[in-house]
Amino acid sequence: MNPYVIPALVVVVLVTVAIGAYGLRFARTTSDFLVASRSVSPSWNAAAISGEYLSAASFLGVAGLVLRYGVDVLWYPVGFAAGYLALLLFVAAPLRRSGAFTLPDFCEVRLRSPVLRRLATVFVIFIGCLYLVPQLQGAGLTFTTVTGGSYEWGALLVGLVVTANVALGGMRAITFVQAFQYWLKLTALAVPVIFLVLQWQSDGRPAVTPPAGATFAVTTTVTIREDATIKINGQDTAVREGEQLTVPAGSPVPAVSTVDAHLGASWLLPGSDRTLFATYSLILATFLGTMGLPHVLVRFYTNPDGASARRTTLVVLALVGLFYLLPTLYGVLGRIYTPQLLMTGRTDAVVLLLPEAALGGGQLGRMLGALVTAGALAAFLSTSSGLLTSVAGVVFTDILHADRGGSVRDFRLATALAALVPMALSLYVSNMDVSRVVGLAFAVAASSFCPLLVLGIWWRGLTDVGAVAGILAGGGAAMAAVLVTVLGPPLTGWPAQIVGQPAAWTVPLAFAVMVLGSLLSSRRVPRDVGATMLRLHAPESLRL
Amino acid sequence: MASDEKPARTRVVLGEVAARRATVDPAHADLAQQTPVGEALARGLVRAQLALALRLSLVVVTGLGALPLLFAVAPAVGDLKVVGVNLPWLLLGVLSFPFLVGVGWAYVRWAERNEEDFTAVIRRPEP
Repeated sequence: MNPYVIPALVVVVLVTVAIGAYGLRFARTTSDFLVASRSVSPSWNAAAISGEYLSAASFLGVAGLVLRYGVDVLWYPVGFAAGYLALLLFVAAPLRRSGAFTLPDFCEVRLRSPVLRRLATVFVIFIGCLYLVPQLQGAGLTFTTVTGGSYEWGALLVGLVVTANVALGGMRAITFVQAFQYWLKLTALAVPVIFLVLQWQSDGRPAVTPPAGATFAVTTTVTIREDATIKINGQDTAVREGEQLTVPAGSPVPAVSTVDAHLGASWLLPGSDRTLFATYSLILATFLGTMGLPHVLVRFYTNPDGASARRTTLVVLALVGLFYLLPTLYGVLGRIYTPQLLMTGRTDAVVLLLPEAALGGGQLGRMLGALVTAGALAAFLSTSSGLLTSVAGVVFTDILHADRGGSVRDFRLATALAALVPMALSLYVSNMDVSRVVGLAFAVAASSFCPLLVLGIWWRGLTDVGAVAGILAGGGAAMAAVLVTVLGPPLTGWPAQIVGQPAAWTVPLAFAVMVLGSLLSSRRVPRDVGATMLRLHAPESLRL
Repeated sequence: MASDEKPARTRVVLGEVAARRATVDPAHADLAQQTPVGEALARGLVRAQLALALRLSLVVVTGLGALPLLFAVAPAVGDLKVVGVNLPWLLLGVLSFPFLVGVGWAYVRWAERNEEDFTAVIRRPEP
């Protein structure tokens, strides 16, 4: 095992706790805990939002998907970044001006409906858990891959550090922690990639897509993880779990029946893997889902005013875009240096394994390997901290009913309650696919909160009845699709597409039902809608 | 003012004075009291901001959203190489991000200009 990994992980955890404790010195009131007293500058805030947003799915998952499927999955990073543009165009400034702290608060401000508020609470908690479980699982899997320790310990360790940090420091501390973690994640991918590209140059620029398909550069021993059949030289061979195969240098990667991957030149070209429906569904989910993620929204209330919320979002878009230039390179270089992952199916580990695989087991390779592992840990820590803060905030205000005069102790209790379920789930549901579940969380957010926010901010005619109907129809359908995908039997053909990538039909459904329901119940338009719209859109400098 | 109706002593804070002075402005009062004029002004601002957001999202939808269709209709585009890299990789993996940031930058600029115009109308000196 790499001797630098444990020290690197310990340093990340210690620095996280130390910055959290440092922030705690400034966190005195409940307002500090919840919104950092709205006194965080746009650049700090933008780094914090980016640090929070770049999760395990971005740090590990994108590179893994690129390694497996090629150019088609680049829509994931593009969509993850473009989500912030949609947020900027339609939501950022008005949402900040609404003065609400959570999504249920927004429902209250705009439509004054307790039923809608309760429904929004259910969705915030569902999306939060859906997003939190794969983060903890990713942490467990990384722990297993890198240290050889058990999956449960990795998941529990990250879960406990995050819970303690959120409960002790709240939002104020988290802002500094997240900002630090953005820069750590960027460094952890950017520094090794320089050495990796130099190594690739000095190796004589081996082809990414050799004519025979992905090829082993050196003789490699691969341990098979599941019973499968392997195609070697056109012959099917059965292999058993735990069996070790030695593949000589220069031979193409054999196709393993249990692993879905593109081995040939089709990897390089678009349209080989997904139908147009699946691609557009993914685009819709990621473009519109970001604005509905609870941990993203909560962060906007820490801006001092609407204009700074807008500027913050623009900086976030730039920071996130900068980050997403890197995972693609890892996926591409993984085709050359870690082709064995295409046989084991653990492609998510490509970022972790690539430095040592490409640079050899020397000091440099090990140190860079430890650096990317530290970055991965930062990814789990920051995203799960943000998610936990937002879910805890909702539990605090809507379930413990502590919004009036709630104490810091209540917030800590809410944090512990909110952490319990995902931690237990991550231990018992270990075979969920990380990137896919994250994509599904986007689909649910895009078909529930996106229409609510966009119509609520821009259309006077929205009513509480319409909003409830739209969320139940669109969000409910997406939720059902998620449950079928995660818990149900495997589907094939068209049903698999429609259920596995639901956004293309659930998002339009949610918008249509919401508009129709509002038109049918137009008597219920809040009487003070004019004042609310003015508050959402008028610049603060007018002091209305 | 009659000398026997001495106003009660009040504590004057600078911020309150500034706020009170602002509401004397008629357009400002229209807005704050939701008169038809104020309502029309607010609707105008919302419409201007929405039109801006929709126009820029149309730019993104045609710029990025058309790509999957283009790749499906004209597969030859996928084989096109620019500086040794296949065009789809370059478009999606690299160029899409500066494009998104550029659109966002334009939005922030124009949205702030809309708000400045609105503020100027509200605060215009009375003729």
